[in-house]
Amino acid sequence: MKTDIEPTSSTAPPQDRARGTGRLGDKIFLGLSRGSGILLLAIMAAIAVFLTIRAISAISEDHGNFLTTFEWNTTSRPMVFGIAVLAYGTIVSSIIAMLIAVPIAVGIALFISHYAPRRLATPVAYVIDLLAAVPSIVYGLWGALFLVPHLTGLYQWLDDYLGWTKLFEYNDGAPRSLFTIGILLAIMIIPIVTSVSREVFRQVPQMHEEAALALGATRWEVVRMSVLPFGRSGIISASMLGLGRALGETMAVATVLSPSYDIVPSLLDPGGGTFAQNIAAHFKEADGPARDALIASGLVLFVITLLVNGAARLIIARRKEYSGAAA
Amino acid sequence: MAKRIDVSGLTAYYGTHKAIEDISMTVEPRSVTAFIGPSGCGKSTFLRTLNRMHEVTPGGRVEGKVMLDDENLYGAGVDPVSVRRTVGMVFQRPNPFPTMSIFENVAAGLKLNGSYKKSELEGIVEKSLKGANLWNEVKDRLNKPGAGLSGGQQQRLCIARAIAVEPDVLLMDEPCSALDPISTLAIEDLIGELKERFTIVIVTHNMQQAARVSDRTAFFNLAGVGQPGKLIEIDETERIFSNPSVQATEDYISGRFG
Repeated sequence: MKTDIEPTSSTAPPQDRARGTGRLGDKIFLGLSRGSGILLLAIMAAIAVFLTIRAISAISEDHGNFLTTFEWNTTSRPMVFGIAVLAYGTIVSSIIAMLIAVPIAVGIALFISHYAPRRLATPVAYVIDLLAAVPSIVYGLWGALFLVPHLTGLYQWLDDYLGWTKLFEYNDGAPRSLFTIGILLAIMIIPIVTSVSREVFRQVPQMHEEAALALGATRWEVVRMSVLPFGRSGIISASMLGLGRALGETMAVATVLSPSYDIVPSLLDPGGGTFAQNIAAHFKEADGPARDALIASGLVLFVITLLVNGAARLIIARRKEYSGAAA
Repeated sequence: MAKRIDVSGLTAYYGTHKAIEDISMTVEPRSVTAFIGPSGCGKSTFLRTLNRMHEVTPGGRVEGKVMLDDENLYGAGVDPVSVRRTVGMVFQRPNPFPTMSIFENVAAGLKLNGSYKKSELEGIVEKSLKGANLWNEVKDRLNKPGAGLSGGQQQRLCIARAIAVEPDVLLMDEPCSALDPISTLAIEDLIGELKERFTIVIVTHNMQQAARVSDRTAFFNLAGVGQPGKLIEIDETERIFSNPSVQATEDYISGRFG
C-alpha cells in the first residue's frame, strides 16, 4: 500500500541513519550490529572460498566427468567420481518430501490456527514443536527398523496400480529406496513447515478475515480468500526452511538408504544416494584428495541450496504489491 | 431489496460479560439510521449482531430476536453465512483483499454466491463501482491491486464490494473514522444516494455526521464501566439533536459527557 506518510527512518538519507546521534550507547550498538553483519558475510565468503579451492583441486584430479560420471571411486588412483547420482538422489528425495510434507503441514497449521478449539490447538501445536526437537538419528533408526518393513504393502499397492509408469515399479526386497527417504524426510520437515506456517496464519489481520466473513464466506472460503493469500509468502519461506533441511539431511538418510552409484529407474527400488549421505559414508576413511572430492560434492549441494533459496525469493518478490504485508 | 429490521429484546454477551442488554428497535427500509453514544456503549456490538458477526468473536453469543421483514435471523436452522450474504457490512478501516485486484475485490462476493459469465461480472462490477462513486477514478486500472488506492478510495471500494451482491441491508461501522474530511464528504454523499436502494445503519462517533446523513438516530449509553450498554432512545434525527426526550441524550449531544 502506498501511503503519503512514510516512517522517517526509510526516507532519511542513509548517511544520516548510519551516523546516529553520537551517544555512546548508539555508537556501541551501531558497531555491534555492523560488526555482526560483516562477520556473517565474511563467514559465508570463507565457506565459499574454502569449498571452491578444495573442489578445484579435486576436480582437476578427476579422471571421470565430475558432472556425469556414475561412479565414486576415490580410493584408487587415478580417482574417478561424478555427482550425477548424488544430485539426482538429493533432488528427487527432497521433491518427494516437499510434495508430501507441505500440504500436510499447511493443513495442520490451518487446523491449529483456524479450526481447532483452543483447548485442542495448544497441545497439538506443542506436540508438533516437540517433533522438531527429535534428533535426526532417531528418525533414521525409526525409519530403518519400523518404516522400511511396514512400507512393503504400500509399495506393492503402488506397483499394482502405477507400476506401468516404471517410476513406481517395485521388486521384492527391503525398500531402502529414494521414495522411503522422501517419506522419512517429509515426516522430519513437517514440524518446521507447520510451525512457521502457523505463525504466519495467526498474523492474518482480523480485518481481512472479517472482510470475507461479512460477504458471507464460509470458514473454508475465509481461508481461501484471506488466510492463504496473506500467508502465501510465509508458506513459501516455511517450505524453503523445510527444503533446506531435506537437502542437507545426513544421518537419517545414511541409516535408511541402501546406496549405489547408479540412477535406479524406479523410485521404490533401493539404490541411489544423496550428497550428505555420501559425504557421511566416505569421510572417515578418505585421505586428502578423496576428502577434496567429497568437498567438491559439498560445494554442489551449497550451490543447489543457494539457487533454491534465490528462486523462492524471486517468487515472493514477483507479486510483492499484492502481498498484503503492507496493508 | 431494502428490508425492515425489527429487533426485540436483544442481549449480547462476550463470554460471561453482558455487552448490551435488552435492545428493541425498528429500522425502516430505505432510510439511514445512525447509532451514537460514548465508547464502550455497545453500539458496534449491536451493529454486529444484525449480521451475526458478533458470534464470530470467541465467546460471543446473542439472545433475542432480529427480524428482517418476516425472517428471524436468529431462528433455528438459519445459517449465519447466508445471513451475511443478505446483510452487507463496511468496516472502520478499509479492508480490501490485499492480494486481489480492484475488479476481483468487487467481484469477490459474487464469486461466493455462484457462477457468473464474464460479461455479467463485468456489468455488475461497473454498476457497483459507479454506485460507490469510484468508477471514474479506477476504470483504467481495474487490474491493479485494490490496496494501491488511497484510504478514501479503498473505503468506497469496500462499499462497492458490499453492494455488488445486492444486500437487503448495509451496515457501516464508523466508515469514515480513518479518513480525511474530503474522503469523508465523498462517503457521506454516497450514503445519501445509497439509501434510495438499501436500508442503511451507520455507527459514528461524529455527531455532525449523524446529523448530516441520518434520518433517525439511536443513542446508546452505559451506566458505568463493566455495565451492559443500553439503548436510551431512538427518534427522528432532527428531534434527537434539537429536543431529545431523555436528559442523558441532551447531555451527550451538547458535549457535557462522553
